[in-house]
Amino acid sequence: MASVEVSCTPPRSRREPEGRAQRQDKYSVLLPTYNERENLPLIVWLLVKSFSESGINYEIIIIDDGSPDGTRDVAEQLEKIYGSDKIVLRPREKKLGLGTAYIHGMKHATGNYIIIMDADLSHHPKFIPEFIRKQKEGNFDIVSGTRYKGNGGVYGWDLKRKIISRGANFITQILLRPGASDLTGSFRLYRKEVLQKLIEKCVSKGYVFQMEMIVRARQLNYTIGEVPISFVDRVYGESKLGGNEIVSFLKGLLTLFATT
Amino acid sequence: MRTTTPRRRRGGGAWLVNDFRTPTSGPLGEEEDAGTRGKAVTMTKLAQWLWGLALLGSTWAALTMGALGLELPSSCREVLWPLPAYLLVSAGCYALGTVGYRVATFHDCEDAARELQSQIQEARADLALRGLRF
Repeated sequence: MASVEVSCTPPRSRREPEGRAQRQDKYSVLLPTYNERENLPLIVWLLVKSFSESGINYEIIIIDDGSPDGTRDVAEQLEKIYGSDKIVLRPREKKLGLGTAYIHGMKHATGNYIIIMDADLSHHPKFIPEFIRKQKEGNFDIVSGTRYKGNGGVYGWDLKRKIISRGANFITQILLRPGASDLTGSFRLYRKEVLQKLIEKCVSKGYVFQMEMIVRARQLNYTIGEVPISFVDRVYGESKLGGNEIVSFLKGLLTLFATT
Repeated sequence: MRTTTPRRRRGGGAWLVNDFRTPTSGPLGEEEDAGTRGKAVTMTKLAQWLWGLALLGSTWAALTMGALGLELPSSCREVLWPLPAYLLVSAGCYALGTVGYRVATFHDCEDAARELQSQIQEARADLALRGLRF
């Protein structure tokens, strides 16, 4: 928007095609997958649509953790359809943590911004242009999607799930005062070097991992912008929120409370 | 080369969260100052809570026990004595009220779900044309 053209008028009057002077931003989407054969082509299609409609330079890095359902085969087909400059495959042998998936994917990322999201269609790529706009607007280090503000929301949650979610969020806000409204969400945009630094510092797993990223970001004084998103719970496949998740969430929350 | 002006934060409207940092560092200075910025000494959240509670608790204890030698009027003492209980109950009510309100006003994104469904149909058709075997 309000960017000032630094006009370094060259002494020689060569008329080269414009746009070379300004480095173009590139966005690398990291998609960790495990048994997402149904969803992967759909999310990739939506991503391609969203990016090409808004003329954004992008690549999609698929990190499949040895899914037994043939996710990798579908990913290879997608690579052929959209080209290996847009679809980059970085599979791993077996299921390892989310943090290491990001590290693994980032090693090969050529973009200066990284977008992380779920591949199960709960995060819609139509929000990505809004993330980018928000990032530029405030020159933020991180832009986080939020279900809890503005027009944000969820689909497919019953009352119990909503109460747990809102309750957990309330407690988290009180205890950690993290400076962002949606800590457990995983639809975010990071500057590449910021994500790298944060992953180095984070130790937890699962829901708590996303939470820790924001808490550490605040410790390091990174700035966070927020964009309201709608979260459509898994269309295909099972969504899970069991007692185990709640217990490990509370454990992680208390750990962060006591250590940060 | 990047040419972004350090923009002044806008107070209202934007979903702006962190206001504690002055917008000085540009994208280029990020790498160096992230290290030094992190070194600011801060208490853990747990320590902050304990300090706060200890401070409030000791103030309350000092006043009710009359440790300061103050002769508070008896009406004051009557209010002061059960004050922690009142505070606890009202904090609980606030929590329940807030969570209840937020649950009640949690958006159900029916439109988003419908839009997604129709786009899925479109995507399937298009991908099949491009030769994807599902």
